[in-house]
Amino acid sequence: MTGLKLTNIKKSYGKTDVIHGVDLEVQKGEFIVFVGPSGCGKSTLLRMIAGLESITDGDLEISGERVNDLPAAMRGIAMVFQTYALYPHMTVYDNMAFGMRIAKADKAEIEKRVTDAADMLQLTPYLDRLPKALSGGQRQRVAIGRAIVRNPTVFLFDEPLSNLDAALRVATRIEIANLKEGLPDTTMVYVTHDQVEAMTLADRIVVLSAGLIEQVGTPLELYNKPANTFVAKFIGSPAMNISKAKLSKAGDSSVLALPNGNSFEVPISSAAGLEGQDLEWGVRPEDMLICQDNDTELLSGSVMFIESLGEVTLLHIDCGGEDSVVAKLPGIADVKKGDQISLTAPADKLHVFDNKGVSFLYL
Amino acid sequence: MSATQTQARSSTLVQRMKRISPLTIVVHLSVLLLVIMWTIPTFGLLVSSIRDKDQLAVSGWWTALSSSEQNLIARTNAPSTQVFENGVYILKGNIAPEGESVEVLAFGSSSQDPSAFEPGTTSTLRNGNTLNVETNGDYVFSSEKEFTGSRGKRIFYQAVEKPRWTLDNYREVLSSEGLGQSFINSLTVTIPATIIPILIAAFAAYALSWMQMPFRGLLLAVVIGLLVVPLQMSLIPLLRLYNEIAMYFGVGAKSYLGIWLAHTGFGLPLAIYLLRNYISNLPREIIESARVDGATDFDIFRRIVLPLSFPALASFAIFQFLWVWNDLLVATVFLGNGDEFLVLTGRLRELLGSRGGNWEILTASAFVTMIVPITVFFTLQRYLVRGLLAGSVK
Amino acid sequence: MDQIYSALLTMSLGVAGCILYFWGSNWLLGIIFPFRGQSHEQAARNLRIASSVRPWLFLGPALFFLFLYLVYPVIDSLRLSFMGRSGEEFVGISNYVWLFNDPEFQESLKNNVLWLLIVPAASTFFGLIIAALTDRVSWGNIAKSLIFMPMAISFIGASIIWKFIYDYRPTGSDQIGLLNAFVEYLGFEPQAWIAVPFWNNLFLMIILVWIQTGFAMVILSAALRGIPEETVEAAVLDGANGLQIFFKILVPQIWGTIAVVWTTITITVLKVFDIVLAMTNGQWNSQVLANMMFDWMFRGGGDFGRGAAIAVIIMVAVVPIMVWNIRNAQAQMEDR
Ligand SMILES: Nc1ncnc2c1ncn2[C@@H]1O[C@H](COP(=O)(O)OP(=O)(O)O)[C@@H](O)[C@H]1O
Ligand SMILES: [Mg+2]
Repeated sequence: MTGLKLTNIKKSYGKTDVIHGVDLEVQKGEFIVFVGPSGCGKSTLLRMIAGLESITDGDLEISGERVNDLPAAMRGIAMVFQTYALYPHMTVYDNMAFGMRIAKADKAEIEKRVTDAADMLQLTPYLDRLPKALSGGQRQRVAIGRAIVRNPTVFLFDEPLSNLDAALRVATRIEIANLKEGLPDTTMVYVTHDQVEAMTLADRIVVLSAGLIEQVGTPLELYNKPANTFVAKFIGSPAMNISKAKLSKAGDSSVLALPNGNSFEVPISSAAGLEGQDLEWGVRPEDMLICQDNDTELLSGSVMFIESLGEVTLLHIDCGGEDSVVAKLPGIADVKKGDQISLTAPADKLHVFDNKGVSFLYL
Repeated sequence: MSATQTQARSSTLVQRMKRISPLTIVVHLSVLLLVIMWTIPTFGLLVSSIRDKDQLAVSGWWTALSSSEQNLIARTNAPSTQVFENGVYILKGNIAPEGESVEVLAFGSSSQDPSAFEPGTTSTLRNGNTLNVETNGDYVFSSEKEFTGSRGKRIFYQAVEKPRWTLDNYREVLSSEGLGQSFINSLTVTIPATIIPILIAAFAAYALSWMQMPFRGLLLAVVIGLLVVPLQMSLIPLLRLYNEIAMYFGVGAKSYLGIWLAHTGFGLPLAIYLLRNYISNLPREIIESARVDGATDFDIFRRIVLPLSFPALASFAIFQFLWVWNDLLVATVFLGNGDEFLVLTGRLRELLGSRGGNWEILTASAFVTMIVPITVFFTLQRYLVRGLLAGSVK
Repeated sequence: MDQIYSALLTMSLGVAGCILYFWGSNWLLGIIFPFRGQSHEQAARNLRIASSVRPWLFLGPALFFLFLYLVYPVIDSLRLSFMGRSGEEFVGISNYVWLFNDPEFQESLKNNVLWLLIVPAASTFFGLIIAALTDRVSWGNIAKSLIFMPMAISFIGASIIWKFIYDYRPTGSDQIGLLNAFVEYLGFEPQAWIAVPFWNNLFLMIILVWIQTGFAMVILSAALRGIPEETVEAAVLDGANGLQIFFKILVPQIWGTIAVVWTTITITVLKVFDIVLAMTNGQWNSQVLANMMFDWMFRGGGDFGRGAAIAVIIMVAVVPIMVWNIRNAQAQMEDR
């Protein structure tokens, strides 16, 4: 069943277009994450779903009903903000009860829902405190609790973890994952610029850039089959290495003519019309290997910088391109700064994009 | 030089500047001097207002603590109390007023020369009578002829006058000068004229900060422009308008309602400006969160914005309170000078005209008008300063 | 007692009326455009209407009062300045012609220029000095509080305070005014200060400076504290002395605030009439525009035409500041 449906949603502030037309269908109970660089329009999109921002054009449906003109309060949504947005002059209990009181709900019902939510989030001892007497993590849990009490059909999060320190961020992330387990029927939309959060929480990820969807898919789809160079570079850390080449032979598998003169065959089909054209190919740092005797060299250069993390070693190599190439090697690699090094990768780990950056898989 | 060295050196320099030096002493002394210059006028007024009115009229308030010499006149006991002893008629007694004591410095028999004789010397007066006044005021007046008449003889003397403190001035201005009534009038004007504009301005400031509406920027510019419109511009048209309305309804043009509304109108630009500065800086997410929670703008205003804006509301309240309480112009124009409506400032102005020379009345009255604002000022200064800082367009 | 009760009653009625409007209008809006218990479409429509009406309900009273008490009078004053004494018959520019030929007006104008030059300058100057000095002593806050206090005193109260200081007794009797006592102590003749033409203006101005310095001090002190410590430390390292730091480092960084203080006091000066009214009522060549205007409003039953003409002159003096303020505020809002 569809929980949330966006059809050609657009947003402009005066003459500036911020969202250029977004189509998305979210299943009921799904956990969707919007991810993208800062300023790409994630919050704007979320706020349009919430009803905090008017929709310039397009249709927004929640549970099958068009809600473009419905005010926030009537859309059956709840939202958790980055800054928690707790009411500073109300106790935790009053914060959580506020929405139901506004709706003139029954006292006993309010009591029950607030205490249930507080139980679930281990907030019971703090119900009488003011927000300023709570730690950052506790405040964020109150904000989540306040949303739970509303019993929403769609749960919205706008960067809920970015005001927490690293350790709390991990703990709260796990709590949100648990929350999702506990509310299987609630659709959740979660905005973050942090791809690790996206990968760990999402059922499906929506990658946004400059007001457009770049790709929608499960975390592994995005990792394994990025639709374009933007997604390829955005998902995964360190980012995928992208280099230039020419397509020397199209067909069920494609042969790349590398700038170093080597040819490399990858098991990706390509259209005949592309033969001879410029293209880009990419390989993730963790897929890189040091060339053994009869491997085809993909890239080579001198080591500029070594990061030894113990379990892995990151090599930054100057291969003549604009960006240095990063290789992630298991364990402690026996390499020194300035060493010349040749790199290769398994053929099925290569990603190939046309000259506009679109993956061959999606052409 | 490394960064840490630079830092160490600069901090010792700053410390050196702060260490006690002749310069520091000069700074302390100048501040002290300035503080004295700024407080002494008010202090003089306060001291004067509790001095005896006769002393106030003849000596500076800075002499109030020291005893002064004064030329006084006393009368002897009536001639009926004279006794005949050793061939002379004698009047005896003490020149001090009932129940008080004096310290006589000198005495004489005419107003031209009240310090002719030392106390304790028996002196012969021009008509042959003799007079002796002791330091403690005991006198002996003797004459060869019998004293006649019903009143005692006059004795001129100089005595040490002790400072006299009294609340009589206050008693007088509060009752017979009508200041008590004016005090209540001032309160009646001030309290609603403070609360009404706050309410109206808070709603307007919220609308201008957080509600979707056309012409928002324009309205804001108008408010800022009106901030500096001189009151004088408004007086004549409003006075005419009030008269017309009063005529139409057949009521008096001077009323409390009229002045409340006038003060509301005049106070609104600053009120809206101050409150909007504050309210528009409240965290946007809190207000949106309430909106998601189903609150209407009215709910948000009442349950979120109003409680959170307390500091700004307090700032403006103090401003408006002081301004209305101290206002003379608006009160004169819209309440008039009738006795029943006269506020403190108006009363003060009237006293300045009618009792211009009676400093005991003026000083005590002035202090009565100042008590409330000064109390407000010292207790709530924090908010006043905050409001001032928010209120200056930077 | 009766007076207190009726005062309390009037007060609560006044405030209650105001509260009633806001609560009542909101309640009414909820009745006319309900959204609870409606179909979604109906509710959405009603809510949309309600939320486009509500801002005007919130703003309504404010707009009404601003218009009635400030906008309309400005326009009407302009109109009345071309009318005769009762405000009925059109007299062209004759009020202005009269005004510019009136010796009292010329004198007021001259005095006002004097006030405008001296009071803002003196108040800002003292405010700045005091702000700088008090920040360097441990009891600075108490000092500030005491210097700030005249802000709480009415102009008329302040006038009495200073009239007492300027009090004059003929030579020979004890002076009870502080100034004359001091002058006598120095061996000079006591004077009736507020009756000495020209110089009496200065003695009246002192009163306003005394009041306004505290305001200047508070704002400038905050501005001085907002200056980054490093700029001072850098200057110290460069070997600047205290005075150089103050005038070359600190003052240039707070020019904007100084301008704000200056203009605010300028506006106050243009409006002040209480002091002149109480001290001299314009006698001995001490008249100013605001008091002259007040005078013409009531003189012989009041001359509305001439009074309005004087008001317009005051307004004209304020307009540049008004424009500057609006510009500033708009620039500030764009920054945010
Ligand atoms: N009220 C507004 N007026 C004009 N532009 C805005 C407004 N709000 C956001 N934007 C612009 O819209 C773009 C998207 O913003 P946002 O959705 O907040 O990005 P993010 O993905 O970081 O959450 C940004 O370029 C921002 O400058
Ligand atoms: Mg964002």
